[in-house]
Amino acid sequence: MFFGVAGLGESTSFFGQASRSAIWTIVLILAALLSLAWYVSYFGPAAFLQQLLNGLQRGSIYALIALGFTMVYGVVKLINFAHGDIFMFGAYVACFAGATLLGSGHWVAFVGALAIAMTLTALLGVVIERIAYRPLRERPRFSALTTAMGVSLFLENFFALPPNAVPFPLNHVVFGPNYISFPPLVVVEYFSLGPLYVTTMHILDFALAIVLMVLLHLFIKHTVTGKAMRAVAFSRDGAKLMGINVDQTIATTFAVGSALGAASGLMYGMTYGVLASPYFGIFPGLQAFIAAVLGGIGSIPGAVLGGFLMGISETFATSVNSNLGYMTSFIILIVVLLFRPSGLIGKLQREKV
Amino acid sequence: MSIHQIAVWLATAALCGSWATQASSEEITIGGMAPTTGNVATFGVGQRNAYQLAIEQVNAAGGLKIGDKQYKVKLLFEDEQNSPEVGATVARKLINQDKVAAILGPTNTKVCLAVGPIAQENKVPMVTPTCTNPKVTLVGDYVFRAGFIDTFQGAVGAYFVYETLGKRKAGVLFDNGNDYTKGLATYFRQAFEKLGGKVVAFESFTDEEKTVDFRPQLIHIKSAAPDVIYTSDYYGAAALIAKQAQEMGLKVPLAGGDGFDSPDLVRIGGPSVEGVHFTNFYSQDDPSPEVQEFIKGYRAKYNDTPDAYAAQGYGAAQILFDAIRRAGKIDGPAIRAALANTKGLKTVAGEITFDANRNPTKPAVILEIRDGKQKFVKRVSPADLPENIRP
Amino acid sequence: MRSGLFAVTVAVTVYAAILLLHGNLGFSVGLISDYYFQVLMLAAINIIVTIGLNLINGFAGQFSIGQAGFMAIGAYVTAMLATLVVPITNLPVAVQVVSFMAIILAAGSLAGLVGYLVGLPSLRLKGDYLAIVTLAFGEVVRSIVRASDEISSAMASLGLTRLAAYIEGVGGPRGFGGFPQLADIVIGPVRIPTLFTLIFLTVIASIVLTRNLVYSSYGRAWVSVRANELAAEIMGVDSTKAKVLAFVLSGFLAGIAGGYFAFVIRFLHPDSFSFLKSIEYLIFLYAGGAASLSGSIIAAGSLTLLPEFLRVAGFDQWRLVVYPLLLIIIMLWRPSGLMGDRELKFLEKPRLRGRNAS
Repeated sequence: MFFGVAGLGESTSFFGQASRSAIWTIVLILAALLSLAWYVSYFGPAAFLQQLLNGLQRGSIYALIALGFTMVYGVVKLINFAHGDIFMFGAYVACFAGATLLGSGHWVAFVGALAIAMTLTALLGVVIERIAYRPLRERPRFSALTTAMGVSLFLENFFALPPNAVPFPLNHVVFGPNYISFPPLVVVEYFSLGPLYVTTMHILDFALAIVLMVLLHLFIKHTVTGKAMRAVAFSRDGAKLMGINVDQTIATTFAVGSALGAASGLMYGMTYGVLASPYFGIFPGLQAFIAAVLGGIGSIPGAVLGGFLMGISETFATSVNSNLGYMTSFIILIVVLLFRPSGLIGKLQREKV
Repeated sequence: MSIHQIAVWLATAALCGSWATQASSEEITIGGMAPTTGNVATFGVGQRNAYQLAIEQVNAAGGLKIGDKQYKVKLLFEDEQNSPEVGATVARKLINQDKVAAILGPTNTKVCLAVGPIAQENKVPMVTPTCTNPKVTLVGDYVFRAGFIDTFQGAVGAYFVYETLGKRKAGVLFDNGNDYTKGLATYFRQAFEKLGGKVVAFESFTDEEKTVDFRPQLIHIKSAAPDVIYTSDYYGAAALIAKQAQEMGLKVPLAGGDGFDSPDLVRIGGPSVEGVHFTNFYSQDDPSPEVQEFIKGYRAKYNDTPDAYAAQGYGAAQILFDAIRRAGKIDGPAIRAALANTKGLKTVAGEITFDANRNPTKPAVILEIRDGKQKFVKRVSPADLPENIRP
Repeated sequence: MRSGLFAVTVAVTVYAAILLLHGNLGFSVGLISDYYFQVLMLAAINIIVTIGLNLINGFAGQFSIGQAGFMAIGAYVTAMLATLVVPITNLPVAVQVVSFMAIILAAGSLAGLVGYLVGLPSLRLKGDYLAIVTLAFGEVVRSIVRASDEISSAMASLGLTRLAAYIEGVGGPRGFGGFPQLADIVIGPVRIPTLFTLIFLTVIASIVLTRNLVYSSYGRAWVSVRANELAAEIMGVDSTKAKVLAFVLSGFLAGIAGGYFAFVIRFLHPDSFSFLKSIEYLIFLYAGGAASLSGSIIAAGSLTLLPEFLRVAGFDQWRLVVYPLLLIIIMLWRPSGLMGDRELKFLEKPRLRGRNAS
């Protein structure tokens, strides 16, 4: 389930030795377990379980976004900063599509919104790749990274323009900076399981994440396109020599990654019911990116595992103190990068002279 | 490009933008600030509408009589985006660049705290319609407000929850990143405990990236088993809190402050905000002639019913115009002195007399959401509060 | 150096002209209002930060996006020291100016020190990963500021009440505001604006400092590390030391600029120092041309002034849309930026004099 041997590209870990970083991993896991134990004793098992459940739900959303990140990085070695905004775009499209289709019944609306969002967002991803990333493929890393940041900012600010400040025909395209309610595409039921409160969304989010991950895995492993993606990830020139259309493969990668982001956007909208503004994708995008790095960037199960871990840690940390929640994500990132840059499931790369 | 050219270019660039727009001799320019975009956009739009309505009406009646000349009023409105940084920049522009005679606004406490010092040091009077944190007018004697302060609002909320709703165990949830929300929650807690109630949970969140998930904090509140939840936050967060609390089985009443006043509360919260109570500046059902007249005028121009933010905005404009008339000249210190002397002025925002801290003594109203609409419940003035919680 | 003398003359002329137009020289000309005066100071601040950024990103070739974090450190430390610990505006003018300078240097040095501590482990990472770590660093600084209430109460419970009071003044997410202005030096009818003068002098100083560094052996070390780190190491260049030096200097300059920023805007909010601000500086850097000092100066200066025209024309919101687009266009079609790696005459590489000069 790897994309080639994508670990960290050319980086070396701070301590440089696989065994030392393993020790650090154990230390960190112990620290995490200890803090969880403290949490249970301080807040009680009921609260703990509920937070865990909510954390898994949040983590499912992050896992799907992280999958998109990890795929793109694995194949193109690019950190697509704009991925969080693609996720945001997918959520808005799903919102409008769902609202329009709601009249025809819930399941029609749900499936329809999902299909439309995934298609349009995949299109956006492909367009961005073609315009902004493809010309920079042979250039040094930082130009693609900077361009990605530019794309991200542009998407956010463009869609945040208020419709009345924008000339026709763009005023029908922008979303505006204010709250938009997400239509109730699924009838949400609540039921209690002992002290726990579970909603349909908990189950749906988790199920969707697992299903899509499995589908993606099958796609990569057993289809020709998937094989092409793995080939390009391993060696772009080698793939070219084998007759693989690299441009098309990369475009497909972006399409699939963006579609996954859109699915995640739909889930986000259904779970939280409100799209605060076109800037809402920044934070989940960041969390998902950290999740991908935590799991081992380029690794699919790593992305999913990382997603769940980030969702859980964020929920617990926020409930103790909301500033702590925000800081925790970055501390995890820094710790991972300094001590185990290949992530939990990644492999260490050594720099060749 | 030689250094010569660059220097000239830079200087020209600086010059080009600095046309000082002086008000023409028969015109008086008033600056207006409110957030027409962002998470409290409905507040800003309402206030901008109110300012424009007030100025239109004054100009239609022949303008403002200052001294022995009639002046047309011109409004220069800026969107401060509910951001202190933008507010400070915009205020400087209005004061230094556009040379406004006075400022109406800002809307929210955090922007007021950034703009107040600027108005104060430039001797430009500022009347804020809805900033409620006590610190705002303490900045200096050029800062006035048209609404009540949160020590009062928190006490009214506590009194209502304790006496009328009969609740004894409150769970409080608020945004830690905002002086207004933090202040109001703190004042509520102080008053509630003085009355004999117990605040069993005092949870906060940070509005980082526009929080939409309050469940981590709600879980803690739920374990404390309160019989009422009080949140000092704005309508977007309040609606989500109501929804998520219900989903978690935390089926207790929700109460809050003036931040709840927006049609979006119902739009976002749906059935979960039924029965929610909140304190506010005004109610559409207020029978007083000023209020009804204002509502009629607003409806005629904007085809919409004004909320408290619009009403307060209109009231602030009324206060300012009255003071400018009495000042007799367009001069910062003179207008300020006239403002400080406002006594018994009947406005849409109530009967205004400024106290030593430039705050008016005015009653609050309690509103309830019933059938998706705001319904007036009762009016509470400072005299109605028990001695120990009266501010 | 003829070009050097020329540059100094121009600098003095510009300074005098701005003072004249702002009405400081005794008679009111009123062409530059207080508002635009402030914008000029912000432009100068941006120039300082961009020059620092150029050292690490442009010359040393290490992709760092954490300047906002250094600025935040400089800004908050300066604000704390100058208003809470030693309220300098209560002191007589001369003392004020000197103590302000001392505080700014202290804040900048602290930022530089943090840069050293962060740089040492991070600069072993390459490319994307350094970028991410620096980004994370900036956000962690911001989170720490946001958590100032909690830190303050922790300090209080440990008995450090004075320190707790200072930290509480930082205000966390509610912002830190209300600092008084620095007093101006009044000599007869002439008012010398102290803050503006200090900033102006700092800009000149940083340009001179960085120019000299760039053409010294340090600069050559940076360029060689940027070209190929391994080859540089083999040739005997201590690449880690070179990279860390660039990083520390960029932190120092950003810290100083942050300190000035605090006193120009006089309201600090942690959200002003998010990675969006770091990206703004990246835009200035690449628009001007990485590894071109003059490019950084021109780009930072004009791109700070440009939005004011947009604001006057009412298109303020479009700035946020246009700037990222500008960045993308530059990256795609003119990645070398405005100046590439060329410099203006007065910042050019000094030529050898003597018989062997070409």
